[in-house]
Amino acid sequence: MAVFAFYLIAAVVLVSALAVIMARNPVHSVLWLILAFFSSAGLLVLIGAEFLAMLLVVVYVGAVAVLFLFVVMMLDVDFVELKRGTLRYWPFAVLVGIIFAAEIVLASVIGTADLASNFDASPGADTNAEAIGQVMYTQYLLLFQMAGVILLVAMVGAIVLTLRHRPETKRQNIAKQTSRRRSDAYELKDPTPGQGI
Amino acid sequence: MDLGLSHFLAVSAALFTIGVVGIFVNRKNIIVILMAIELILLSVNLNLIAFSVFSGTIAGQVFAMLVLTVAAAEAAVGLAILVVYFRNRGDISVENVDLMKG
Repeated sequence: MAVFAFYLIAAVVLVSALAVIMARNPVHSVLWLILAFFSSAGLLVLIGAEFLAMLLVVVYVGAVAVLFLFVVMMLDVDFVELKRGTLRYWPFAVLVGIIFAAEIVLASVIGTADLASNFDASPGADTNAEAIGQVMYTQYLLLFQMAGVILLVAMVGAIVLTLRHRPETKRQNIAKQTSRRRSDAYELKDPTPGQGI
Repeated sequence: MDLGLSHFLAVSAALFTIGVVGIFVNRKNIIVILMAIELILLSVNLNLIAFSVFSGTIAGQVFAMLVLTVAAAEAAVGLAILVVYFRNRGDISVENVDLMKG
């Protein structure tokens, strides 16, 4: 039963991955990417790595894919023009792909032949998240902190890169506001009745 | 036939290959290139997690999380660079990225 589910979900993963690189419209590519991430999370649930599966959905679908969608929709690009002439890259791409696949298959056939097929996603704990938590905040604390620093740097970098000051937009200038004196703001007039100012 | 490590390695290898082919096929469209890189990182993650689960050690899953972090950071910074580039040049064709050539 698990094997059947695996084949089904794996087929969805591979088909949607193919659709990502072949779709004519990048918005469709992003949507196929979301499907690929979701079904990979399904594959991970099959072997009991639930925590990483949920993380995959949260990080990839919730953040990365939405980021891609934003950028694709923000850029006003003629994607049909970009797609032109990609047909002649296919033979070379397939050749490189075959070489890569052959190397990987060779390496995994040689290297993993004697690995057992019984699996345990949460060694030494009841649940997967517990097993990860036991080592993440103790043994891998430094790596965990470094991951946080990487995210911080990426966030600051992305903001610095994309922030721009437009001179024509009105902004609040607090220094200007607080240094405003009563004499700048209004003046008193004493008009004679019936004549106006 | 039981669910084994080789199943996951096969899917992961295929996913990796699709990602690499995607980079070559979409040479002009940098957005799809970034998506292909995400596919490659996903296959790496699948590999790490499969090895971790089938060898009964948790370390692989922790490292998969770190790869996930790097993938998210890479996507954010890459797309930010893309947005800035589009703002300056008005298109994102990779073949025109030779401003520094002089």
